[in-house]
Amino acid sequence: MATFLVRRLLQGVIVVVAAAIFVFVATRAVGDPVDFILPLSASEEQRENLRVELGFDRPMSEQFVDYAGDVARLDFGESTYLNDDALTVVFDYLPKTLQLVGFGMLISLVTSVPLGVLASRKPGGRLDKILTTASLTGLSMPQFFLGQVLVAVFITRLTWFDPGPGPWHKNLVLPAICMALPAVGRLAMTVRSAMIEELNSQYVKVARAKGMPARRVSGVHALRNAGIPFVTLYGWELIRALAGYTVVVETVFAWPGLGFVLIQGIKERDFYLVQASVFVVAVLVVVISIVIDLVYKALDPRVQLS
Amino acid sequence: MSATEPVDELSATQFEEHKALEAEEAIQGRPFELSAVRGGLLGKFANDKLAFVAIGWLVMIVFVAIFASWIAPYGQSQGTLGDADKSPVWNGGSWDHIFGTTPQGYDILSRLIHGARTSLVIGIAVVLAAGLFGVVIGLISGYKGGRTDRLLMGWVDVQVSFPGLLMALLLLMVLRGSVQTVILVLAINGWMVYARMTRGVVLSMKERPFVEAAEIIGARPRRVIMTHVLPNLVSPLATLATLEFARIVLAEAALSFLGLGIQFPQTSWGTDAAQGGQFINRNPWPAIYPGLALTITVLAVNIVAAWLRVAFDPQEREKRHAATVIAGAKQL
Repeated sequence: MATFLVRRLLQGVIVVVAAAIFVFVATRAVGDPVDFILPLSASEEQRENLRVELGFDRPMSEQFVDYAGDVARLDFGESTYLNDDALTVVFDYLPKTLQLVGFGMLISLVTSVPLGVLASRKPGGRLDKILTTASLTGLSMPQFFLGQVLVAVFITRLTWFDPGPGPWHKNLVLPAICMALPAVGRLAMTVRSAMIEELNSQYVKVARAKGMPARRVSGVHALRNAGIPFVTLYGWELIRALAGYTVVVETVFAWPGLGFVLIQGIKERDFYLVQASVFVVAVLVVVISIVIDLVYKALDPRVQLS
Repeated sequence: MSATEPVDELSATQFEEHKALEAEEAIQGRPFELSAVRGGLLGKFANDKLAFVAIGWLVMIVFVAIFASWIAPYGQSQGTLGDADKSPVWNGGSWDHIFGTTPQGYDILSRLIHGARTSLVIGIAVVLAAGLFGVVIGLISGYKGGRTDRLLMGWVDVQVSFPGLLMALLLLMVLRGSVQTVILVLAINGWMVYARMTRGVVLSMKERPFVEAAEIIGARPRRVIMTHVLPNLVSPLATLATLEFARIVLAEAALSFLGLGIQFPQTSWGTDAAQGGQFINRNPWPAIYPGLALTITVLAVNIVAAWLRVAFDPQEREKRHAATVIAGAKQL
């Protein structure tokens, strides 16, 4: 257990360091940072001045030492788009994203399990075919398209929701559904195939043979074992959502989370903000994936952490 | 199969039952495969309406993408503001612009047709580039083992844990979006699955007698990999590449939608969906068409992938054969 934690933390540190190096190479070596900061109309002289002022004219190795020092001190510079400390901006907008992810993942949890169980009751039956096709369609849809359809139907046509800001719980509904749906498709398919596998196993046959009602067998015994692959995929979905995949949803619904502000920042070529966001998200993803591994271990004692 | 050929009536029944059980296991819970297993592959495939429609759609998309310049009535950014915002033909528009025009006066149908080409080109290029790189890394890693393996898989692990989409956004911000940069960025983000899968297959192959035999008689690593390991990779690779293609098409559309991929007036379904989305409260249709085209195409690819998995997997093929044998025996 302890060795597992140490190893995972070490691996996490490597990931974060690699992400930081990636950001350095992408922005300093591949691109010219001065291009991000100055408008395109800036003269060559202005560019040269800023380059000297910010130290981008020095050798790469020197710049890297500086950069590493800044990152170690969590100093990511000042966001040029919002005129505030980049890290502060990230932490200002992150809660909104977490809210969206949390609510979306809750929706996918409470819908995918019943749908998957329903579909598994008669594999190949009509209900199963409908649910499988629906799941496949759900996960084949581009998320922005789903969002646009939700906007067109529920905001423009039916006017159930206001286009502008409203109470948070009302604003949250459509983005959270949009976030959850592709995940529901994938998760329901997983629950379904896991349940089918469990329902065909020996212990289920024994339970049925000794007269236990089918509902109890599938609801208590099979479901518990089918939960293991489900938890794996659920954790993966959670990490995926946190790793920036809310950007699209936030853009469609103008949800003021980290993803939305990040896209605005990219359009304003705010390179300090992007740098800070990538770093924070990398740390977040590493921490969450360690937590998920621990939860997984707690749920299934057979799992060997290595 | 011939090794366990039944010799008398009793063992024949047992043999059948055993095979039937195996066949049941193979088809349990997979509707597409279910229909494929139950009665020969291609025959049933033609009967499976869903898969048939999916293939038909994909053939059409490929055809349209290849001959886009000839099929499309207009160029992708051809038109004047005088033609702006025309309604589609079923809504009072004219046959000149069947799907209507954009606020810039571009013909929507023509943009959709050119968008199919963008999606296809990027999807195929990324699958080829990422697949080639991933397979080579996976082969080296699995075959060499030891320190090389640890190093390469460490690299894969680290890159898998990266927030991939943010990296893509950052790279595109630096490189600026175009077909080439989108291909590069998506390939950088997508090769790890191929490496992991290839390594897994190679590791299981290394244990097999035929690979050991080849090594014992002195076949060089290159020969062992090329003639003994690679053929066994074809089936899982075909399925993985198809699924990855679907994922890449969606990823390209998402990047373009966010304004970082293909830049307007160049066309991509994602770019057009974003353009249409600006006026979604006034007229949702320009945003709906490209989204719908994407959904149908990706759905079709996913359906075909499920079918491919059964078609190319040697194990599934044997089970299918067994199932047809049983079906034949039962009819007698």
